Parts: sequence; C-alpha cells; structure tokens
Amino acid sequence: MTTPRSRPNMATLVLVPVWGVVLAAYVGTMLWTAQISFTASRLLPVNEYVGFDQYERLFASARWLVSIQNIAIFGFLFIVGCLVIGFVLAVALDQKIRFENTLRTIFLYPYAMSFIVTGLIWQWLMNPGLGIQKAVRDWGFESFRFDWAVDREMALYAVVLAGLWQASGLVMALMLAGLRGIDQELWKATRIDGIPAWRVYLSIVVPILRPIIITAVVLLAISVVKSYDLVVALTNGGPGIATEVPAKFIMDHLFTRQNIGLATAAATVMMITVAAVLAPWLYMEYFRRQRAGGAA
Amino acid sequence: MSRSIVPAATAPALPLSDTPDASARGPRPRTVGVGRVGLYAFLVIAAAFFLLPAGVMVLTSLKSMDEIRVGSIFALPQSLDFSAWVAAWSSACTGLSCDGIRVGFWNSVQILVPSVFLSIAAGAIVGYALSFWRVRGANVLFAVLLIGAFMPYQVFIYPMVRTFSAVGIYNSLACIVIIHVIFGLPIMTLLFRNFYASLPQELFNAARVDGAGFWRIFAHVMLPMSTPMLIVAAILQITHIWNDFILGLVFAGRENLPMTVQLNNVVNSTYGERAYNLNMAATILTAAVPLVVYFVSGRWFVRGIAAGAVKG
Repeated sequence: MTTPRSRPNMATLVLVPVWGVVLAAYVGTMLWTAQISFTASRLLPVNEYVGFDQYERLFASARWLVSIQNIAIFGFLFIVGCLVIGFVLAVALDQKIRFENTLRTIFLYPYAMSFIVTGLIWQWLMNPGLGIQKAVRDWGFESFRFDWAVDREMALYAVVLAGLWQASGLVMALMLAGLRGIDQELWKATRIDGIPAWRVYLSIVVPILRPIIITAVVLLAISVVKSYDLVVALTNGGPGIATEVPAKFIMDHLFTRQNIGLATAAATVMMITVAAVLAPWLYMEYFRRQRAGGAA
Repeated sequence: MSRSIVPAATAPALPLSDTPDASARGPRPRTVGVGRVGLYAFLVIAAAFFLLPAGVMVLTSLKSMDEIRVGSIFALPQSLDFSAWVAAWSSACTGLSCDGIRVGFWNSVQILVPSVFLSIAAGAIVGYALSFWRVRGANVLFAVLLIGAFMPYQVFIYPMVRTFSAVGIYNSLACIVIIHVIFGLPIMTLLFRNFYASLPQELFNAARVDGAGFWRIFAHVMLPMSTPMLIVAAILQITHIWNDFILGLVFAGRENLPMTVQLNNVVNSTYGERAYNLNMAATILTAAVPLVVYFVSGRWFVRGIAAGAVKG
C-alpha cells in the first residue's frame, strides 16, 4: 500500500470499471430507492413528490410494525442463542474427546444448506399431522404438542429454532478455532491457582475470544437483516402476519402488492438502520486501525 | 509441543491415571468419571438434535405415501423405495410444468459456473489492485464495497430490475450472472485484499525492479501464490450462489429459475395431498451440491467461513 508511483497507473485504469459498477449498483440504487420513497408511486413509479407520506403510512401499518417487532425478537434470540449454543459446543469439543472430527462435522453440516432447505425441513418436523408431534403422540403421549410452525403464538420461535439449527455450528467452528489458539500455559496457571474450569471459561476465555465473538455477531446479524428465505420456506409470514419480517414486507409490496412507494420507504428505513449501525463499526474496524498500521 | 520438561509437581491437579508423558504435554483440566460421562451424553444428545432433520428426510424419502400416512417419521422404511427420488428428479411439478427438479438443477449449474468464475476473477484483481498499488480513492472504494456487503438486497433490487429491463437483459441468464458478480464483489475483494496484504511487500518490489507491470506481476507472482485463497473463495461462492434464493427469484426469469426457487415451488405450491416422500427427496437433491462441497473440502470449508468472517 506504500508503493510510490509516478507513471499513469494500470491499477487506476483497471479500477475505473469497478468504480462504475460500485457507483451505479450500490450508491446509485440506494439513492434511487430513497428517491422513489418520497413519491406517490404505486404500481408504477411516478414523479409526484409527497414528502414523508409513505413513511407515515408505513409506520401506521400494523404489518410493518409487526415485522419490526418480529425481526427484533428473532434477531435477539437467534444471535444470543447461536452464541450460547456455539460456545457450549466448542467448549465441549475442546475437552480432548473422541470422535471430535465426526462431531464437528455433524454440528456444522446444516450451515452448508440454504435457508430454503432449512425452512422446508423444519416445516415438516413441526407439521402436527406428520412430524414430531404425531410420532410422539403415537408413542402414547397424547397431549404432546409441537406444532410451532402453524401456531400463531409459537411460529416466530419456530423460525428461531430452525435458524439456530442452521447457524449454531458456524459459531462453534469459529469459537473452536479461537479456543485452540489459547496458550496452554493459561490452563496450567489457573489449575495451580485452583480456579474452577467454568470460572476460567467465563472470566478469562470469553474475554480472549472477544474478536471472534464480534465476528460471529456480525455474520449472524447479516443473516438476520437478510432473513427472507427462511421465513418464506418455513411459514411464508404466517399464520396471519405472525412471522412477517421487513425483508418480506418489502418484497411483497414491490412484486405482488404493487405499492412501490411504500416498499421503497421500508427499504430506506432498513438502509438507514443498517448504515447507522455499520458506520461506526467499519470506522473502528478498518479505517482507524489501517491508519495506525500505515504509520508503523 | 516442544516444551518437553514439565515437572509433575507443577501440575498437582492432574488425575492420577494420567501417565507422566501425558501430563508433560499439559492437557486441559478435566474430571474423570461423572463429568466425562455427562460430557459425552451432552455431545451425543446435541449430535442427535443436529442429525434428526437429515435423518427424518432420508427415511421419509424412501417410503411410500401409504407408509408415511400410517407410520411414525422415525420408523425405518419397510423396503427401499427410490421411486420418490426418481419422481423428484424427473417428474415433479413446479407451477405449470412437470419436468422435475432436474430443470432447476441444470439452471443452477448454468448460473453457478460463470458466476463463480467471474466473481472470483473480479475479486482477485480488485483485491490485488487495492493491496499493492497506490490508487487514488482506494479507501473510499473499499468503504463503499464494505457497505454494499452488509446492505439487505431489498435496498438495491427495484432500481436494478428497472435498469436491467431498460437495457433489455432482465430475466435472462446473463442478468442473474451479472447480479451474482456485483453482489459477490465486496466479499471477494475483501478476501483477496486481506490475503494479498499478508504477503511480503518485498516480493512485489522485486518484481517491480525486474520491470514487470500490473498484469505480469498478477499472473506470474500473485496468482500462483493465491491457491489457498482461490480454494476458499471457490467454496464460499459455490455454496453461496447455489443456496441463493431471492436473487434467482427476482432476476433469473422463469426459464432460468435456480434449484432453490423450483424446490420451494414444488413444495409450497402443490394443492391436495402433499407428496412428502417426493418433497423430501427433492430437498435432499437441492442440498446435495453444497453438502458435497462441505464434505469434500472439510477444513477448507471451515477456513472459508472464518475467512468470510470479514477479518481475513
């Protein structure tokens, strides 16, 4: 990054089309989306500006409010759940156990599958007439219930459960790599001091794993924001609007409900939210550190 | 592992059954007996939870519908019946046509091959340009790419649909490939930029002194050293593009719908009694490609995830 250059530069030339793509595909589309959200567009985009009308309608819409509430609950439970399960699995696998490779493979394989596949699998397992509920009732537990996917109260937790199944292994893999990087001397030292293992994990290991935990949270948060496939395959937003999420709200209004203005207003809200969370993190993570590194 | 001499006295809490040799390597603190049994019990239960869905799917896909109706999902099939697999592959109905999931499979292959190749090539070149060459505005470009990596697709989709329609390639194979390259660019650039930043600068300087230019250094110095990162990038992009749903749904067009979209159509748009055995076979077939990649590439898959974890 510190190569001095004088001639007109092939690298700059090569990056010109990249600039074009980035400006058009990312910056341009974001501005365009925001622009449409201030118009009265419905089936087709129009240039009649209506100020914040679409935003007022958006936040008066029960469907949107439920979507936001759902993504908040789903996001919280999914991220915390993945971190806890992933950490516990990683710690368990790190105890010099037999069949470690096999177990690691078993815990991680769902992550290779798409959210569509995950959603369909759990849709079947939680289908009251066919899945686990029927099997357990046939064994004689007549009052057993596991019909989350079709139960208004539980459907959102069905989505969480499927998400945990798919992504916990990812956190496990990341944390296991982190645990393997911890100096063995630490364990000897804490053993001499007679500190119980669980305390060592909570007070010493977790802080050491902080960068990995942050990475995991970022990755999981991206899949929360983009959660569309999982909901479509598992519940399609139902029953009723019990599992609607913002991404699905936007897609429905763009392509089936023909309300482009409202959809782009929702997209703009998502965009601003993501940017507001992202900007400080990116600055800390890349640009501040890079400057420090560049000076060295 | 080279610390060979650790006096046993410094490790008093070691279980007695351990040989001195084992204690010299300093194992983790562990308890014998109840704790160990509990640990294995926990791991077995966890493994069962993770295996259960796949197991149920394979069992169900091998049963006849009569057997599914009366039996438990955990029951073994009475005989191995692969007819659901054959039907899923070649005669399942997606919307109007009944040509099976194989149509989606070949569509996905057609989308996958050029998308993976082009997005990796683009990411490698851009990452190389950003890490070794002084380019004006490199930080700004990089920042925009990063923001792009985190934004939900819904923010970009509508203007892109309009633009591709105006150009006249909306709903085509070219369209979905271009989309995958555009949306793969941030993560691929990030991967290669971080990888090239870890290579010694002297290598680049030496090639410069020898008079090599931008492309020569890339082709003869950087690319040959990039094999590990190329594998990681390929694994990431293959699983990611194969598993894509929303982009294929919006941009590929009815003729080119990828396997994930057709699978969802097969399963969620049928009326009357659902053919669960067929649905499960179709689901397994759709998951097969990324699963094979995962099983074959093993530790590379894990590395790919870690590398895709933004930190590099």
